[in-house]
Amino acid sequence: MLGILASIIDGVLVGLVYGLAAMGLTLIWGVMDVINLTHGAMIVAGMFGLFLLVNALGVSAYVTLPPVLIGGFFVGALLYWVAIHRMVGRPPLMSLLSTFAVNLMLIGIGTAVWGTALFNVEVSVPGITIGRYTFPGAHIVAAVLAAVIAAALYLFLHHTRLGKAVRAVANNREAAELVGIPTTRVLAVTVGCGVAIAGVSGVLIGTLFPFTILSGDGYQLKSFVVTVLGGFGNPVGALLGGVALGLLEGAVTPFVPVSWTLVIEFVLFVLVLIAFPGGLFASRRGAM
Amino acid sequence: MPLLRLMRRPFFWIIAVAIAVFAISPVIGNDVELRESLLLDALYITLASNLNLMLGYAGYINFGSIVFFGLGGYVCVWLVNAYHWTLGPSLFVAGICVSVLALIFGLGILRLRGAFFALSTIGIVEAVQAFAENFSPWGGSSGIYLSSEIFKPFGGPAHALWVIYFIMVGVMGLSLYLSYFIKTSKFGLGLLAIGQNEDAAAILGVPTPLYKAMVYSASAFLPAIAGGLYFFKSAFIQPSDAFDLSLSTEALVVAMLGGQGTVTGVALGAYLYEELRGYLLTTATFSNFQLVISGALLLLIVLFFPSGLMGFIYSRFPRTQKVLE
Repeated sequence: MLGILASIIDGVLVGLVYGLAAMGLTLIWGVMDVINLTHGAMIVAGMFGLFLLVNALGVSAYVTLPPVLIGGFFVGALLYWVAIHRMVGRPPLMSLLSTFAVNLMLIGIGTAVWGTALFNVEVSVPGITIGRYTFPGAHIVAAVLAAVIAAALYLFLHHTRLGKAVRAVANNREAAELVGIPTTRVLAVTVGCGVAIAGVSGVLIGTLFPFTILSGDGYQLKSFVVTVLGGFGNPVGALLGGVALGLLEGAVTPFVPVSWTLVIEFVLFVLVLIAFPGGLFASRRGAM
Repeated sequence: MPLLRLMRRPFFWIIAVAIAVFAISPVIGNDVELRESLLLDALYITLASNLNLMLGYAGYINFGSIVFFGLGGYVCVWLVNAYHWTLGPSLFVAGICVSVLALIFGLGILRLRGAFFALSTIGIVEAVQAFAENFSPWGGSSGIYLSSEIFKPFGGPAHALWVIYFIMVGVMGLSLYLSYFIKTSKFGLGLLAIGQNEDAAAILGVPTPLYKAMVYSASAFLPAIAGGLYFFKSAFIQPSDAFDLSLSTEALVVAMLGGQGTVTGVALGAYLYEELRGYLLTTATFSNFQLVISGALLLLIVLFFPSGLMGFIYSRFPRTQKVLE
């Protein structure tokens, strides 16, 4: 029984990181109704950013967060101009296809350069031992950092001029344009932020688990599940959704082979969508 | 009799001629190399035109069309290997099984609209792959090998390859006729209405959930048979080949390249794409970048030519709209 409890607590720690990853997806989704199918590739890009920087410079894993954040922002802005700008306001089918196409290119380049070998970044943070169970230090640090970054995003959206502009555009793009907000630039910034968050969550996940160039698909699916649990376009809900998913994973892992967890999560995704089409913690539209 | 009505249209015979060209051209001169390249063409046309039933008619993106192909392959190879069935019945049963499965899945996930459906098709790939990797009668992640005995009833492997080729061409022909038949039927009109505005279609009396599930199931049958043939031919199946994402991606690129919602366009797109790919694969540098090239191609089409090759032909030569579907 105590083992299950420990597994659940660990699940919540990891779930916070999943929640952060999903925030990147749901931010873009909420603001411009575009589902970013490069999300998984961007998470993997964060992981490889971590791996390369740690190996090249020999720095601590957590030092790579700021450069990945900044790099991710510029990559995201570029992604907006290449694949999303012409798709905003068109049928969702088209933006799905265009971001999917970019995803293919990124995965293709990654596979050509690194193959599909397993990469691993060693992080030595002392764990906390309670009774017979030890919670890995890396998990605790990642969860804390995820919470801090999520809080920073919340503060950005609610207490800065640019963040308020992002929310205004999410609520009503035309009205925002009318009061003088440069909406196109705001959209580019939003995609930049979304991708940057995907990247840093990739760094954090990379400190927890080994990864390959193809790991992104699984984490992208998790992000969708979290988004559905947390309500679309609702970053705070996404964090809650992440914790919920983590709880579930923690409760399920002791009983089910690892390869089935994704299947269970996917079934959950479909069931929740059928039962609660707006997501489990659905908020009013635009209440970001 | 709707079939007789269709036979009076020229397009019916254009398809027939295309099938005849496929069937006859490698036989002349016993050209094995041409046969292999045309086999891939036929496979792409089969996958893309069945994907097009969802994408072009009903406006639903299926990122996981490879699931039908892979599952069909598994069911067929498994029946041949474990129960010593002959090829014909195995293929047929594989098609029926996958189709029924798709109908059951479809009634569930097609309650999700548009983008959510697309997302759940990504999930289905993961789910089915996980199933195949854990299902011990299918050999788990190491897969199933067929012995060379299976080619005996055909009079040796060389002869069997020809039989497989002709069946594949037949499957391709059926796919084209299925696309054409659905497009000209009341069912097809209902699907096109769903593609344009699902709410309006539902209000006007189109049974949208049923139609979507039916087209999802119909689009599973022939790819499953193609999968069965493909893996019977290679005498080996494993999860990573059966559910290779790049094949369903290529089907998507092909359908978009040719022009979603058209029958001719998808066939043309498949032919062009396969030619391009054959050319790129021979140059060693490019073979690593196959995904990159499909991705770049898809992006360019989506950004600049969303109606594809047929959109271009229709706008240039408006009279072709009356003949080419």
